[in-house]
Amino acid sequence: MEAVVATAIGILTACGVFLMLRARTFPVVLGLTLLSYAVNLFLFASGRLMLDAPPLIRAGARYTDPLPQALVLTAIVIGFGMTAYLLMVALRAMAETGDDHVDGREKS
Amino acid sequence: MPETALLPLIVASAFIGCLVPGLLARFGRNMSALGAAGVMASCLALLAPLMPAVLAGETLLTAYTWLPDYGLNLAFRLDGLGLLFCLLILGIGLLVVLYAYYYLPGGHVRLPHPNPLPHPQGVSPPGLAAKPLNPVRQAGEGANESLREISNHSDRLGRFYTYLLLFMSAMLGVVLSENLLLLVVFWEVTSISSFLLIAYKCDQRDSRLAARMALAVTGGGGLALLAGVLLLGYIAGSYELSVVLAEGERIRNHALYAPMLILILLGAFTKSAQFPFHFWLPNAMAAPTPVSAYLHSATMVKAGVFLLARLHPALAGSELWFWLVSGTGAITLVYAAYIALHRYDLKGLLAYSTISHLGLITLLFGLDTPLSVVAGVFHIINHAIFKASLFMAAGIIDHECGTRDMRQVNGLFKFMPITATLAIVAAGSMAGVPLLNGFLSKEMFFTEAVGHPVFEEMSWLLPLFATVAGILAVAYSSRFIHDVFFNGDPVDLPRQPHEPPRWMRAPVEILVVLCLLVGIFPQWSIAPLLGAAASSALQTPLPAFKLAVWHGFNLPFIMSLVALAGGITLYALRQPFFALHDRLPSIHANLVFKRLYELLMMLAHHVVNLLDNGSLQRYLATFITFVLGLGAWAWYSAPATLARATYQPADSAALAALATLIVGALGATLLHRQRFSAIVFTSVVGLVVALTFVRFSAPDLALTQLAVEVVTIVLLLLVLHYLPQNSPAEDSGLRLMRDVVLAVGAGAGLGATAFAMMGSPFETISGFYLAQSVPGGGGSNVVNVILVDFRGFDTLGEITVLAMVGLAAHALLDRLILVAPGHDSDGRPWAKELHPLFLSTLMRPLLPLALAVSIFILLRGHNMPGGGFVAGLVTGVALILQYLASGIDFSLQRLPRHKAKLLALGLLLAAATGAASWLFGHPFLTSTHGHIVLPLIGEIELASVMVFDLGVYIVVVTTVLMVLAQLGRLSRHHEEAA
Repeated sequence: MEAVVATAIGILTACGVFLMLRARTFPVVLGLTLLSYAVNLFLFASGRLMLDAPPLIRAGARYTDPLPQALVLTAIVIGFGMTAYLLMVALRAMAETGDDHVDGREKS
Repeated sequence: MPETALLPLIVASAFIGCLVPGLLARFGRNMSALGAAGVMASCLALLAPLMPAVLAGETLLTAYTWLPDYGLNLAFRLDGLGLLFCLLILGIGLLVVLYAYYYLPGGHVRLPHPNPLPHPQGVSPPGLAAKPLNPVRQAGEGANESLREISNHSDRLGRFYTYLLLFMSAMLGVVLSENLLLLVVFWEVTSISSFLLIAYKCDQRDSRLAARMALAVTGGGGLALLAGVLLLGYIAGSYELSVVLAEGERIRNHALYAPMLILILLGAFTKSAQFPFHFWLPNAMAAPTPVSAYLHSATMVKAGVFLLARLHPALAGSELWFWLVSGTGAITLVYAAYIALHRYDLKGLLAYSTISHLGLITLLFGLDTPLSVVAGVFHIINHAIFKASLFMAAGIIDHECGTRDMRQVNGLFKFMPITATLAIVAAGSMAGVPLLNGFLSKEMFFTEAVGHPVFEEMSWLLPLFATVAGILAVAYSSRFIHDVFFNGDPVDLPRQPHEPPRWMRAPVEILVVLCLLVGIFPQWSIAPLLGAAASSALQTPLPAFKLAVWHGFNLPFIMSLVALAGGITLYALRQPFFALHDRLPSIHANLVFKRLYELLMMLAHHVVNLLDNGSLQRYLATFITFVLGLGAWAWYSAPATLARATYQPADSAALAALATLIVGALGATLLHRQRFSAIVFTSVVGLVVALTFVRFSAPDLALTQLAVEVVTIVLLLLVLHYLPQNSPAEDSGLRLMRDVVLAVGAGAGLGATAFAMMGSPFETISGFYLAQSVPGGGGSNVVNVILVDFRGFDTLGEITVLAMVGLAAHALLDRLILVAPGHDSDGRPWAKELHPLFLSTLMRPLLPLALAVSIFILLRGHNMPGGGFVAGLVTGVALILQYLASGIDFSLQRLPRHKAKLLALGLLLAAATGAASWLFGHPFLTSTHGHIVLPLIGEIELASVMVFDLGVYIVVVTTVLMVLAQLGRLSRHHEEAA
């Protein structure tokens, strides 16, 4: 199971990094989204993978580590905020330069 | 209150007083000047009660701890040397305040143009530039003071005084510091404030360059000084002067003595403009003359020699000190005197003469006999008095004639006889004419030169050197007197010279009277202060010396006579001498500095360009490469132990999910140029991630991920509408290869790290949270309790960030107009029907349902999966659906108008819940909870953090709304355009 999650993290990171290195704003945002998934999964995995053990207090239950979950929850929301912000910056850049190149200009 | 408590009070009131003239500036320049003078006078008044004790030889100390671990304390010290400098700083400061009031542009100058805004250079309306700017005579050095300078002069006088006081405060700090680190702090403040003062005419390029140069040289010296002081403190074991000054023996024998001494001397020599660092001072003459009179004669340049005097007991007494200090001083003394003789600019002559005199003082401290130290301190006083008056006189001449060029300024005696007489007396003092104060310290210098023990074989060398320096000083002083006040008639003066306003001359008169007083009655006027100052510079009993005008017909007196006669002869024969000088090749230290500066800037540009050439791709690639390198290094230096790890077996569901995720991620990557398809693939990945959270016992994460996924995808689609639908194929094969290598490296690295991490032994700190969730936090959903209770402060920070995103949406997109194409990339027009009836009809009844669900999620969040974040996102999704179905106008009409206020409300709710716990004497964000019974619903548990969660909810909803509203507004433009 761990190998599956690790593979997923690896694939997401690779795709995310590749897209972030593109020259246009939109793929960069997509790449950042993919990289966020990878990082969130990584953080989540630091609490180890447990089946059927949600951190909801009940009698006689076993619990997975709640702390990485709390961290990841805020990371997801902040990641959303960052994506939204980047999208707006991309729009603004489009309006100001008439182009969606990440450097605000075409390479000469 | 003990008397010593006055010391920090003096410095503190000076620093606080800096604000006074600036604040009073709005009430006119009179108030501003009065304020500045008042601050200085009150510092003097605070100093007065301490004077008797200090003159009696006491050293007053007071200390408050500041950063004791670093040896930095607010420790102050007042001894004779400090008192002397305080009096110079405050006394001459008061005179400069009065003088500047007349010197700087007056309140009666009117702008010739009604427009109060200054015109940027080069675009002033035609005609304005040609018109004479000043119907009334306007002060200043250049004939072309810019518009800007006149336009807000009264503000600028306030600013000038504020800078001047800031500088004065820093100088007071330097001379009153007992702690060496504190001294360095104040030292740096003098560099910065002098930068501001030199650049006072900041609209003139020369001023800016000069200020930058002064800052670079003195600031650089300050850094060397800091390093030297750190070494000194290390050697002496303390940064307190009282300790350091008593440790001279140990310091001189320490292995680090030489580097420490050189570093400290670098600081002192740059500040006191010693050769070869002297070049900034003549350039700094770009400052208004009151600044030159204050900084460049009496105070700032004296900070360097002050340091020599201050640290003399600790550092002096070695051969290295003797050769470095006296050698530098001697070269500076003669070289600068020679240059001074050849300057045409009045202030330039004075500047080089200042450098020369500073060289003399340095030489005296370097000679390192008790009497030479006394002579050095004495010359500090004398030079400050006569040079300040000379600078002021030069300013008056400039003010009245409109130029300072000695080829034009001639024969002024008949136009301004009183000023001329004053300046002649002061220049006589500079030359060392008997009965004036300059003569006394020069005589002491000659005496020390004659009797110095080091030059046994060549005992004639030092006296000869001293005489040559004396001859040059007399020559340039003669030139100052003869060229300016006699020597025929003025040549093409911009203005008709006459005597200055009565009170502008007063500071010069006071200073010249002091020259005479000290020169004629030294024992009565200056001896007590000099004695106190010199003994604290020596830290030993004072050597016997007698201040008298007449010491008998001895060798020093003959040297004085030779210097006087030789100087006048040299001046009389100047023409062939000048011609010879013109033929000598000149090395301009200015040019060297400029070259070095340009070289440094070029180097900096290269380094910056290498790392940051403005290309995001370049520095992302650099960054990722760097991280990969770090990761590889860590991996190889400490290989992870994977061997004994136990892993859970994978099942078919997991493999299927992995396959789906790979398809999604690879699809998004490979098809990234077809952007719409890429979004679809990305959303697949998001769903798989949400399912992963479900599988591995994280229901809260799954809910949040799902809601975020929906909102993100909708945002991506909305934004894509205004961006190109496809990316061009523009990447070279090489670039693609590089990126694939980086991507695979990063992916393999993070994947392997994750695998290693999950296999390594595991210990959690979460036991506390699990155990305390119900009894302490009143909720059984541990994740939510952590978010709103245990780590509530983090969450408060998170929602603040979200709120900023909402505000940024407004800042970035408000009034932005983007026109989206009317058709897709294949040329097919978008659907004509913007809001399909079916969709909008279906969505409206769905809204209340969705809101009910979100409230349910919010309320149950403390005990079951849910909470403010998820609920907020669900509400956001519900509102987005309305927008998609019915259009932005429909949605906006039904939504709160003042979204920023809502944001504030959310943040305030969250913060106030936290602050409320203060009322009950608990720390910020302490929670409480209890049970209440509601009719129909039954018993529910209420915790104070629910209010906190409500704040989170409001912020999340409002942020989504704000982003949406801005994007929607764009589309409204689009619809209007269509």
